[in-house]
Amino acid sequence: MTAISSASAAFTGEDPGNRLFGPVPDVTGDRGYADDHPARVGFFTDTSVCIGCKACEVACKEWNLLPMDDAKGTVDALGLTGASYDNTGMLGANSWRHVAFVEQSRAVDLPMPTVGLPGADGGQRPLEDPPVVHPGVPASATTAEQTDPQRTSSGDREIRWLMSSDVCKHCTHAACLDVCPTGSLFRTEFGTVVVQEDICNGCGYCVPACPYGVIDQRQDDGRVFKCTLCYDRLTDGLQPACASACPTESIQFGDLDALQARADERLAALQTKGVEGARLYGRDETDGVGGAGAFFLLLDEPEVYGLPPDPVVTTRDLPAMWRSVGAGAAMVVGLVASAFVGRRR
Amino acid sequence: MTTGEAPEGVGAGAPGAGWRRADGPPAQDREQRRRGGGRRGGRGEIPMVDEAEFTSYYGRPVIKPPVWKTPDVPLYLFLGGAAGSSAVLGALAEGTRRPALARVAHLTAGGGALASVAFLIHDLGRPSRFLNMLRVLKTTSPLSVGSWILAPFSALTTATAGAHLLGWFPLLRRLTGVGAAVLGGPMTTYTAALLANTAVPSWHEVHRELPFVFAGSAMAAGGGITMALTPLDEAGPARKVAALGAVIEFGAMQRVEHGHGLVSEPYRTGRAGKLLKAARACTSAGAGLTLVAGRSRPAAVVSGALVTAGSVLTRFGIFDAGMASAKDPKYTVEPQRARARARDAAGSREAASTGTRP
Ligand code: SF4
Ligand code: SF4
Ligand code: SF4
Repeated sequence: MTAISSASAAFTGEDPGNRLFGPVPDVTGDRGYADDHPARVGFFTDTSVCIGCKACEVACKEWNLLPMDDAKGTVDALGLTGASYDNTGMLGANSWRHVAFVEQSRAVDLPMPTVGLPGADGGQRPLEDPPVVHPGVPASATTAEQTDPQRTSSGDREIRWLMSSDVCKHCTHAACLDVCPTGSLFRTEFGTVVVQEDICNGCGYCVPACPYGVIDQRQDDGRVFKCTLCYDRLTDGLQPACASACPTESIQFGDLDALQARADERLAALQTKGVEGARLYGRDETDGVGGAGAFFLLLDEPEVYGLPPDPVVTTRDLPAMWRSVGAGAAMVVGLVASAFVGRRR
Repeated sequence: MTTGEAPEGVGAGAPGAGWRRADGPPAQDREQRRRGGGRRGGRGEIPMVDEAEFTSYYGRPVIKPPVWKTPDVPLYLFLGGAAGSSAVLGALAEGTRRPALARVAHLTAGGGALASVAFLIHDLGRPSRFLNMLRVLKTTSPLSVGSWILAPFSALTTATAGAHLLGWFPLLRRLTGVGAAVLGGPMTTYTAALLANTAVPSWHEVHRELPFVFAGSAMAAGGGITMALTPLDEAGPARKVAALGAVIEFGAMQRVEHGHGLVSEPYRTGRAGKLLKAARACTSAGAGLTLVAGRSRPAAVVSGALVTAGSVLTRFGIFDAGMASAKDPKYTVEPQRARARARDAAGSREAASTGTRP
């Protein structure tokens, strides 16, 4: 289950099986599970219907018995960030779901000062969008779109709220897993990435390796923690706690293939409706991490939500690093030897 | 919905479609990059609007800064490097009948290796589980590969140093000394992969140069310590190693500090900038003094101490620069954003030339 099998790729610099980078059709089988392993599961988080209720955060804390902490990871402290309704601040060892809140505004050009008032657009646009029902998207989502509670306009400003429930991406090429020296992080039969707490020695290597800044160390404990994609619930045939708690089904759990198809449909539907900025994030299997197991529909650029715009698994460059390390080591030996040549003093 | 009708001049195609974060404090607003921010330490502060602006989530880091502690980790890097190059020096000194140099080099290697292991263990969140490092061997984890180098290396160098101190088993001592020397080379450079194989922008982007910086720095340290402690008539090789190492360290650091645009910036600013400036001064003064007056004992001690100090400061500076680049979202977001834009532009050019719409 560990990445011992990647030796050849790392040493030759060639990567025929996309072991370090690129799309992997069967990431679970690739890690040595028998052919009858379960399908790869994941999350599709549709932020366009997120209402920022934080039910997912609470459900995750409850189910996984995570300690309370503030946005700085201080356990048993109530801290307010003062930045928005977001007092969780970031994903961390004790917060495996994190709802980001971004309040945005923009100027509306004065030639159309009455945006948002009835009849302002010459009757071309109905006051309410007709209900659009998409396969697989719950009615509540469509309702949310009709009323559009996340956006309003006042005077010459338009205001909107972006909310997004962030989580570990369960990457196809997971840097955290690649760099873990103890084999504590492993790929489960569901294709997810999980820490084994009884093995982690707290070396902390996974923490800066994750390109999304997900996994973190619990200060008083020394070990690292992150979303397990509710491994314990999956093995019992249950949905992850956060997905079952989400009232708008912004968090959708399921087989990754099915989720990807549903997300593509949803994106097309939103684009048809002219929702600007709608995009999928982590859906593309040719991206820097080989596609994420937990991917998102966003309404603005990823960095607005605190996500990296173009993450790349650090081990993509490992063959080059090992080559440099080898060349440097050879250089040391060669130069020290050369220092012994010539005059004796 | 009011979507689709983006106001004139903003355009739905523009990044963000004109949306700005609503709350006011400038530090939390769309950060503006200053002209020339990627060069010359951010001098020439003419704000550039739009084009080069970047966004973050309330200024929070995108990646998690390393939880590694200072001074533990920089010292672990330094000691491991000094021990590695000393082990090579020691074995060759033994082979070329320079007993005093061999003794000093082997004692340096043994002491450095042991201290390096101690710092590594001290830095673990769960020190009692140190041996879990040897549960598996993973070539994708420089820390795993490194543990498998460090463990036998420290055993061999300790044995060699012990045999020197006690004067026992001269033949066995030669064997363990040679074994340690074989691992000595990788000892000096694997720690560079350890830092580079992270998402920390200023460490990862310099992954080709960093092993050479560490190799040079290790030679400077090992050579510097042994030249200072060895009688003149045997210290010749140590002097050469120290001077060569200092030159390599200096040269490779130039590439790191200037060759990578924005992610080179943390190496020139703040605490890291100061440390690395001091490192440059020590390294170049030490190397110069070695070449000019290395054959006098007092000068050898001073110049050995200087290049060693340069090596220590370099490790601390590199560590600090990485931490700074991890804590400021600018260094994560801007290069990635530029990369994504370039790819999109290339994609739409290609689409235009083949007649398909993007
Ligand atoms: S998001 Fe980070 S912590 Fe999660 S699997 Fe990917 S690399 Fe690991
Ligand atoms: S902190 Fe634990 S999980 Fe993370 S790399 Fe180290 S041993 Fe593995
Ligand atoms: S899948 Fe489980 S562990 Fe992961 S965020 Fe949801 S509730 Fe928490």
